[in-house]
Amino acid sequence: MTRIQGGLINRDKKLNFTFNGTSYQGFEGDTLASALLANGVQLVGRSFKYHRPRGIYTAGSEEPNALVELGTGARLEPNTRATVVELFEGLSAKSQNHMGSLERDLLAVNDLMSPFLAAGFYYKTFMWPRVFWEKVYEPIIRKAAGLGSLSMLPDPDSYDRGFLHPDLLVIGGGAAGLMAALTAARAGAEVVIADEDSRLGGRLLSEGGMIDDAPALDWVACVLDELSSMTNVKLMARTTVFGAYDHGIFGAVERVSEHLADGGGKVRQTYWRITAKQTILASGATERHIPFADNDRPGIMMAGAMRSYANRWAVTPQRDNKAPVAIFTNNDDGHRTAMTLVEKGVPVLGVVDARANASSFGEYETFANATVTGSHGRKGLSSIEVTRKGSAQWLECGALGVSGGWNPNVHLASHHRGRPVWNEDKLTFVPDNNAPKGMLIAGAARGNGSTREALADGVLIAKQALMALGITPVSAAVPVAGEEASAIEAFWHVPAKKRAWVDFQNDVTVKDIKLAHQENMRPVEHLKRWTTLGMATDQGKTSNVTALAVMAELSSQTIPETGTTIFRPPYTPVSMGVLGGGDTGANFRPHRLTPTDTFAKSQGAVFTEVGQWMRAQYFPQEGETHWRQSVDREALAVRSSVGICDVTTLGKIDVQGKDAGEFLHRVYANMMGTLKEGMVRYGLMLREDGKLYDDGTCARLGENHYVVTTTTANAGIVFQRMEFARQCLWPDLDVTLISTTDAWAQFAIAGPNSRKLLERVMDDMDISNEAFPFMACRATTVCGGLRARLFRISFSGELAFELAVPARYGNALMERLLNLGKDLNATPYGTEALGVLRIEKGHSTGNELTGQTTAAMIGLGKMVSAKKDSIGSIMSRREGLANETLRLVGFEPIDSNQPVVTGSHLINLGDPVDLEHDQGWITSAAYSPHVGSSIGLGYLQNGDQRMGEEIVAANPLEGQSVRVRVVSAHFVDPKGERLRD
Amino acid sequence: MLIPHPLLGLRDAQEFTYLGDANLLNRPDPTAPDAEAAFCDYVFLRDNPAGKHRELWFHEQGDRSWLVVTRDTLTHEISDVELATDVARRGK
Amino acid sequence: MRFSGFRVIKEALTGHKGWGQLWRNPEPKSSYDFIIVGGGGHGLATAYYLAKIYKKSRIAVLEKGWLGSGNIGRNTTIVRSNYMLSGNQPFYEFSMKLWENMEQDLNFNAMMSQRSIINLFHTDGQRDAARRRGNSMHLTGAGGTLLSQDQLRDIAPYLNFDNARFPIKGGLRQERAGTARHDGVAWGYARAADKLGVDIIQNCEVTGFKMENGKVLGVETSRGYIGAKKVGVAVAGSSSRVMSKAGMRLPIESHVLQAFVSEGLKPTLPGVITFGAGHFYVSQSDKGGLVFGGDIDGYNTYAQRGNLPVVEDVIEGGMALMPMLGRARLLRGWGGVMDMSMDGSPIIDKTQTDGLYFNGGWCYGGFKATPASGYVFAHLLATDTPHDVATAFRFDRFARGYVVDEKGVGAQPNLH
Repeated sequence: MTRIQGGLINRDKKLNFTFNGTSYQGFEGDTLASALLANGVQLVGRSFKYHRPRGIYTAGSEEPNALVELGTGARLEPNTRATVVELFEGLSAKSQNHMGSLERDLLAVNDLMSPFLAAGFYYKTFMWPRVFWEKVYEPIIRKAAGLGSLSMLPDPDSYDRGFLHPDLLVIGGGAAGLMAALTAARAGAEVVIADEDSRLGGRLLSEGGMIDDAPALDWVACVLDELSSMTNVKLMARTTVFGAYDHGIFGAVERVSEHLADGGGKVRQTYWRITAKQTILASGATERHIPFADNDRPGIMMAGAMRSYANRWAVTPQRDNKAPVAIFTNNDDGHRTAMTLVEKGVPVLGVVDARANASSFGEYETFANATVTGSHGRKGLSSIEVTRKGSAQWLECGALGVSGGWNPNVHLASHHRGRPVWNEDKLTFVPDNNAPKGMLIAGAARGNGSTREALADGVLIAKQALMALGITPVSAAVPVAGEEASAIEAFWHVPAKKRAWVDFQNDVTVKDIKLAHQENMRPVEHLKRWTTLGMATDQGKTSNVTALAVMAELSSQTIPETGTTIFRPPYTPVSMGVLGGGDTGANFRPHRLTPTDTFAKSQGAVFTEVGQWMRAQYFPQEGETHWRQSVDREALAVRSSVGICDVTTLGKIDVQGKDAGEFLHRVYANMMGTLKEGMVRYGLMLREDGKLYDDGTCARLGENHYVVTTTTANAGIVFQRMEFARQCLWPDLDVTLISTTDAWAQFAIAGPNSRKLLERVMDDMDISNEAFPFMACRATTVCGGLRARLFRISFSGELAFELAVPARYGNALMERLLNLGKDLNATPYGTEALGVLRIEKGHSTGNELTGQTTAAMIGLGKMVSAKKDSIGSIMSRREGLANETLRLVGFEPIDSNQPVVTGSHLINLGDPVDLEHDQGWITSAAYSPHVGSSIGLGYLQNGDQRMGEEIVAANPLEGQSVRVRVVSAHFVDPKGERLRD
Repeated sequence: MLIPHPLLGLRDAQEFTYLGDANLLNRPDPTAPDAEAAFCDYVFLRDNPAGKHRELWFHEQGDRSWLVVTRDTLTHEISDVELATDVARRGK
Repeated sequence: MRFSGFRVIKEALTGHKGWGQLWRNPEPKSSYDFIIVGGGGHGLATAYYLAKIYKKSRIAVLEKGWLGSGNIGRNTTIVRSNYMLSGNQPFYEFSMKLWENMEQDLNFNAMMSQRSIINLFHTDGQRDAARRRGNSMHLTGAGGTLLSQDQLRDIAPYLNFDNARFPIKGGLRQERAGTARHDGVAWGYARAADKLGVDIIQNCEVTGFKMENGKVLGVETSRGYIGAKKVGVAVAGSSSRVMSKAGMRLPIESHVLQAFVSEGLKPTLPGVITFGAGHFYVSQSDKGGLVFGGDIDGYNTYAQRGNLPVVEDVIEGGMALMPMLGRARLLRGWGGVMDMSMDGSPIIDKTQTDGLYFNGGWCYGGFKATPASGYVFAHLLATDTPHDVATAFRFDRFARGYVVDEKGVGAQPNLH
């Protein structure tokens, strides 16, 4: 055990967990990483490419090495950083990315092969023979690559989504963030403070130290007490603000129950969209390391992380607590770790400091002007080589802390593509004045990293934010804290013949950067892409700046001349489950139900998705074993007597106003201004580019009152475009529009007996052919005073009506009509029979009106009025549209047993089946019980002049070819006598 | 994004549908001799500036007004919003 | 230097000292016969084919930033030739054939992997459209299979078949489709073009065109004036900005398309899968990351970044289709600026200025077109006539009424 005194762990609460099947114990307050270290477990994973043994390198979300598969079964979560997993009772984790055991990974052979696997090697080989890439090389590479595995089972957990609108969002709960939140909250601002850690306090949790003459942790506790007592403050621990978006919007994920053994009956995570008027980024800094030969062994870690483990989790990094610990640094902060370890009674070998004039800050040895030049220990560090003035010595060492300085966490400040600038004094990139609008930066995140600076910055920046919010700050003293030493000298890597890792996870070494330089992959983005530096799950948090410095050295340039890297969301990886929220599975999109949904369900109808609508597709009756039986029966019922179909989903737009007629005249391509009151007209709508995009009916119910119908699919866009025409093109017309699709239930009542049936519900309206002819319409009442609208229109080609009643009466009306029509065999029919009937009649729907269609293609070119201006009329006359020769026609199979298949292409008899000989395609097809065979509609070159011709409907996709005859698209009543009856 | 609706205040851009350049308000004169060419420009060609852009948004999930929003295509900053009807009327 | 497995072994044994520069960093000359503006995939491919196929010399590629920094540097790497319209399909099939021999041609492994693409359909109407499209593919020899739901269950059992809002009814698969390593394509063309003498000049922004009497004479750049007999512009994402310097307005809007990659995972998906009832398509890279995307944000922008609604929409789609993705993590998202054209199809044509040529309007489909786009643009630059497979991609199709509108949504770029 390497557990020491103190720490923020609850020693009264022991927790059992397993790693790779072995049972261990930790304490409440531990992370998986600290608990593993406390149990002497150093080797926790394997690197991506060379499968090098790796240990825990950091104490935070920047961890490159310690990735595990957490949990089991459907909850298995790959690539989880052990450094941020809070320990809970029963936690189970496994190492990943190895073949065989973690200790004896067979893929470690890659490490021996490493000379062959240098940066960019795969671009240069695996090309011969050609087929070997997919068949041989790539499968091997893919299997070796990747990290953890998905369970491939549906995620069983629930997720939530929430919205917050604070005045001020403070990102990061360290010294600067807490002070900023406190300052703003005391002034009365609505404050949200979020931190990715399980508790607020930031580095103060890891550092010890004093604030206002008391331990810093006491100060943290006081501030948290005060903040949690304020109603204008929301404290959000375990909440990662992952991205900065436009206009003060941030994405954040709160880990609600992942740290609980059983989830506590809560959602796993909540996705917050936070809209803040002002934001303070107080996200702290991340330590960087100094590459040297063999610097990736378990037991080597960041010096700051070592301090965190000692202070916060009371663990030391060695397996054997007698083994001495060394520090390698170029700055004063490294010495702080040595002091902490000495204070905790950990044996300290000394501080190896690259600076010529370095000296000790306490009771430990300092090797000034020295570097670490090597390490031993196959699965855990055993010794290091220290070189001073050219003379090297090997020293026994159980753990090594490395500090190359700290990089401000500028990520969110650069999410709007603002580049940070180089600060030569601090030897780091700090944010420039190009952060997202409304974002201010405080503390270590802008290079002010000492406790004293951070506290002062918190107050200062909060006051700036309050000013921007128009809130007067309340004056208060800045807490007093010591100023930690932080001097640093530039020292970026120890030149070595052996490999020195820069990016641990992706196995990018100094040599790889040299090779990139040699091959002219010098721009930063080329360097990253050629070597894969910074592309791993840690996104280069611990490696990018160091790599830049190495490249700068190679190119004899300064670091800012060499380039900068900026960051894209998310700050740390975010689970797909939480971003996908609850809108998954059957709830992916809303279900829109028709007014007769209850009725249809009671009849055992089969439903189909039509956009968001669920429509009855057909109504199977007892004894019907195949859908075709039901559909044929329904279609025949319409042709022989009467059927009823719920057509509510068709868009309905109510158009009223003095200029309604003029407005519609300009919106429809055909003459609409001449439509008489009480009559309906079929209308074509063009886009301004002249293409036909929707059709429907326009009914004039009153002098200044029209109802426009649209196809189901285009209900939204037609309304949008009509509003555009009204508001943007002709704002002076007196007309208003409202969508009434959901307000009226509408039924097609179709068939030779439709009038007979309808008469049974009409109150006192005469619907004889004389009184109410084809294409008439009227507002009326049915069933004893129920408001209704009646239209004499037909989609099936039969005598037919459409009857609309307020939507809430739709279900009852359907039932009443069927009851009243029992003697007429009144039959409910669904979308499938509707489709058969309209194909038999040659009416177009979405399959024909593809948005690529002209009016002429469906045989209605003459309807587009040349006498008036309407939307699309000018452009419909362009050469390409006017010369279009495709025409909608009907098709019957020569052999009536053969099917006409939608999507088949039309080829002249004897011609090869290729693009050059393509004559058109089948748009719709169905079995027609009326014709007694399969029939189809389709576009054919000059189709209107080719009646009777035989042609091939080729479907090479399914190895099918059917000879068909070109016929009129009107398979039923081509003269249109029935619907006028 | 948030769009400051002139009648309703700040609204989430998700409530809106985007159409494009506000030049679509300026439908050409269909009776002009070069009407077809003018319509081709109107329908198909765009300035597509990198910088301030006057553009049409439809408050589809709201009050159904069309707005002319002036927004910077480099920063997404919105500097002005008007009801399209007002702009269209003014243009006449 | 020729790349090969033997070479990799030899260099490994001798400390990698022999690897030379992948390309030179030449100083711009005072003039060239051909200047290609834009060192992205299409520009580099154009230069390569000009030199290789059309045997031209004195060619320069001018790149504002680093080569490959355009959309070739950030995309979802999908290669396919599964179009419906006769204006499109032959072009993309031509491209596919070039992809199939790219590595050997360029002596560079761009990792073109014909892992197949499956476009799922969820309604009878979508099946009808898939059949029409699949037959269009067969008519050009591109192949393809209509998969039933049962066949799909065998191929991808983890798809949401049983609790879906829009049940999967089947899919249209193109076996020859797949993915390639996007940066590798840019580097492969750059290296091969450089070897043929093409000057690739990075950090050289074109700031203006010098024109006289309706003819182009050269370009003003951040590194001085460079004369040219012919100038080809291939700067998708910045097309309107660059062509405005030549006084042209284009049928193009700039929009952002976001794309995403997950953390690395062991092999999860076989090829490319696209959802037919939501905005989501996904494949897995050789490194193990799931690469996915969806719809454009839908507003004009040059900002190379998008917003949360689309992030949510895409991942909702992913979760609806593949509920096992919940435990995977989104590693990084990015935004690329797309040349969204008025009919969703590209433009490869001369301009009204003699010697000035344009290639752009690729919407979000430019990657798969890279080889063919370069080839046919080189053909146009070299011969002044459009290549046979690119005759539909001319400027005048808009005015004349011959748009190539695969989706049928008209002149509204954010719907394409």
